[in-house]
Amino acid sequence: MDVPKTIVSSSPHLHARSSTASIMWDVSIALTPAALWGVYVFGFRALGILLVSIATAVLVEYLLNMKGNNSRTILDGSAFLTGLLVGMNMPADAAFAVPVIASAFAIFVVKWTFGGLGANWINPALAGRVFVFFSFTGLMNSYRMPRTLATVDAVGSATVLTEIKLAIGEGAVNGLSSTGVLAETGYPFTAFAGSVSTWFQQTLGIGLSPYTVDAFFGNIAGCIGEVSAFLLIAGAIYLMVKKIITWQIPVSFLATFSLLAWMFGGVRNGLGLFEGDFVLQLFSGGMILGAFFMATDMVTSPTTRKGMVVFGIGIGFFAFLLRYFGSLPESVSLAIILMNIFVPMIDRYILPKRFGETIKEPKKQEAKA
Amino acid sequence: MERIPTFRKGGVHPNDKKVLSNGMAIERLPVPAELIVPLSQHLGAPATPLKQKGDTVVAGEKIGQASSFISADIHSPVHGTIADIKKVTLANSVVTEAFVIVPNAENPLGNWPEQPYDSLSAQEMLAIIKDMGVVGTGGATFPTHVKLAVPKGKSVEALVVNGVECEPYLTADHRLMLEQTDLVLRGIMIVAKITQPKRIIIGVENNKKDAIETLRQVIASNSYPITVTPLKVKYPQGDEKQLLKATINREIPSGKLPLDVGAVVLNIGTSFAIYEAVALRKPLVERVVTVSGEAMSTKRNLRVLLGSKVADLIAFAGGVSHEPDKYISGGPMMGFAFHDDQIPVIKGTSGILALDNEPAMKAPQTPCISCGRCVAACPMGLQPTKLFRLIDNRMYAEAMGMNLMDCKECGCCSYSCPAHLPLVHGMKLGKRLGRK
Repeated sequence: MDVPKTIVSSSPHLHARSSTASIMWDVSIALTPAALWGVYVFGFRALGILLVSIATAVLVEYLLNMKGNNSRTILDGSAFLTGLLVGMNMPADAAFAVPVIASAFAIFVVKWTFGGLGANWINPALAGRVFVFFSFTGLMNSYRMPRTLATVDAVGSATVLTEIKLAIGEGAVNGLSSTGVLAETGYPFTAFAGSVSTWFQQTLGIGLSPYTVDAFFGNIAGCIGEVSAFLLIAGAIYLMVKKIITWQIPVSFLATFSLLAWMFGGVRNGLGLFEGDFVLQLFSGGMILGAFFMATDMVTSPTTRKGMVVFGIGIGFFAFLLRYFGSLPESVSLAIILMNIFVPMIDRYILPKRFGETIKEPKKQEAKA
Repeated sequence: MERIPTFRKGGVHPNDKKVLSNGMAIERLPVPAELIVPLSQHLGAPATPLKQKGDTVVAGEKIGQASSFISADIHSPVHGTIADIKKVTLANSVVTEAFVIVPNAENPLGNWPEQPYDSLSAQEMLAIIKDMGVVGTGGATFPTHVKLAVPKGKSVEALVVNGVECEPYLTADHRLMLEQTDLVLRGIMIVAKITQPKRIIIGVENNKKDAIETLRQVIASNSYPITVTPLKVKYPQGDEKQLLKATINREIPSGKLPLDVGAVVLNIGTSFAIYEAVALRKPLVERVVTVSGEAMSTKRNLRVLLGSKVADLIAFAGGVSHEPDKYISGGPMMGFAFHDDQIPVIKGTSGILALDNEPAMKAPQTPCISCGRCVAACPMGLQPTKLFRLIDNRMYAEAMGMNLMDCKECGCCSYSCPAHLPLVHGMKLGKRLGRK
C-alpha cells in the first residue's frame, strides 16, 4: 500500500478553523482601541503599565511552561490577554510593582495552581485586579484625570462613582440625581459633552447628562482600559460579528443592572422609586469592560445559552447591590467573580433541551376524553 | 416570498464545496478487472454466501442470502467467475467475507428492460425490494424493505424524501435529481403505493436550485402528488431527525423511528434503486459515487458497479494531482478516512474524496476552554464537552445518563471546537464501551 503520508482519523474531516489561539488574539485585538485611548488620555505612563502587566503575565506563563514541559500555551495568547486585561484594569498612576503583582498572581495562583488554561474557576485577570485592589487600596484608588478633562489638577482625582458615593456619604445631596450631585460638587465635564447635552435638550427634548456623554466617550477618570465605553462597545461588536462572544451574558447583565438601578437607584439620593440614573452608571466604572470582556470569559462562564442568561442576571444583581450599597463603588469585578463561583452549579442544573418530542399515548388520551 | 425552513437547534455551516463536481454529468465507470463484493454492505447481519470459489455467476444473480430480519441480499454485479472468497476490511473498519469476482471478458454487464409494475400489489413490491437487496444508499444502509414495512395499526402521515445531501463535496444525489428526475419520482411513487402516505414531500437544500426547478417541472407535467420543499442550507439537515423537523416540524423522540411520528424517510439514491428494483427487477448492483476533493485531478460523478475498488475510481478521475492529507469514503463530516485504495465501493459509499485543504486537521489539541460552541452546535441538545470529559475519565454509565446514545456522530461538535478536541471520536468510544 502506497499512500504513506495520509492521515487516518475519526470523522469529521473538516473544521471551522478557529482555535483557542485565534480566539485569544481576536479578543486582544478587540481590546486594543480602548487600551490605546487609555494611553492617549492618561499619557505614556499608561502604556508602561500595560506593557509591564503583559510582560509579567507572559513571563510567568513561560516559566510555568518550562516547569510543566508544555511549551505550547505561551503562543496561544491567553497569557497575553490576561496581562492586557490586568493592565487595562490599573489606574495609570499605579506603582509599577502593582501590575507585576497582579499579573503574577493571576497567572500563577489563579490560573496555574488549578491546572492552567481552561481549568481556572475564576477569571485570572479579575482575580489579579481584586487581589491588588484590596492589598493596595490607596494606590488603586488614586486616579488621574484624562488629558481631555485636565482642567483641574491631574493626579489623585476621584472617579464619578467615588465622587457620588462620597457626596451621598456626607449626606449633602438629598433629592438630587447623580448628575445633580456631580454638578453640586463641581465635578468637571468637557465642553464637547456640554454642547452634546445642550443639543439633546434643545433639539430632541431629552435630558442627557454631560457626565454620561463624557463617560461614554472616555473623558473620565478611571482605569486605563475601562474609560472609553464607546471603543469597548466597538470592540465587542467585532467579537460578536466574529461569533466569539454572544449577546446572552452582556445583555442579561446590563439589562438586570439597569432595571434594578432604575427602580431602586434613586433611593439613596433621597429620591423615590423609578428615579435611578442608570445610564451614567452603565458607562462609568468597569461596567462595559466587565460585561463584554470579563464576564464573557469562556472558561469561567456557563456553556449553555440559558445558563449564560442566568449568569448575566446574577452579575447584574450583585453589581447593583455592591455598587449602590457596598462600601466600594468599583465593584463589577467582584460581582463577576462571585458569579464565576456559581458557574459549575449553573452548568450542572441548567441543561440544553434535548431533541425529541414527547409522544402522547393515544389510548390514555382517549380514555380521558 | 416562499418561506424557506430549516431545523432550529444547533447545526453548522461548512463550506459545501459542491461546485467542484455538481456540473459533472454522471459517467459510467468501465467494468474493472476484478470486483470485491463484500457480504456485509448494510446495517445488520452479514449475508450468508451462496456461491463458492470457482463458481460462475450471472449479473444480478443472488450470491449472498439475507441471514436475519435486519440484513440484505447480495447480488453479483456482472457475469463472471468467483475467483476467491477472502476477508476484507471496509472503509468503516468492518471486517467481512467478500467474493472476488472476475468479470467475463466479453459482455460482462446484465441487461434489465423495463417490465410493467403498475399491477403489482404493495406486498409484491415490498417482496421485490427485499429480493433485490435494496438498502438506504445515504450511508446508513438500513435495509429498505424493513423500513417500508409499516406495521399494522400505524399509518404514514408523510413520506419525506431526502434530497438534502448536506455533506460537503457530495453531488451524487444532486446529479440523480437532475438527470434521472422522472425515474427518481417513479421510485418515490412506488414507495407511496407501499406506504400509503397522506402527503409526499421532497426536501432539497437551497444550494440545489436547479434540482428544485427540474423536480417541480417533472412533477407538474406528470401531476404527481408531490411537494418539493426548499430548505435553508445547514448541516446536518440530511439526517432524518433534522429533516423531519425542517419539513413536517416533528421531532423523533430519543431511540424512536420516523414511523413513531408518522413518517417514512427515503433518500434520492434509494428512490432510484427502488425504481430499478421494481420496474426493471434489477438488484442494487451499482450506485452513483462522487469522486472529488481538492487533491483529485478531476472531479466526477460516476455510476459504479458495487465491488469496484476505490483505486479504479481514483484512476478514472486521473489520479490525485498531489499527495492528499486524507482519503475519505463518504462525506467529510461523517465519512471514514481510509489508507488502503484496494477497498471496494459498497452500497453505502456516496463519495471518494481526496482532501488536502485542512491545516486544521493537523492542529494540536489544546485544553477545553468551556467556550460552549459544541453545546450550541449539537443538533441533539447534548453537552459534548461534558460527555467527552466523562468518557475521558471512563465514567461511561454517567455519560449514558446524559443521553450519550442520542449522539449520532454528525460531527458538529468537533467541527466547531477551537481546542480541536476529538469529541466525536470520544462519543464513538464511549458508546461502544458504555454498551458493555
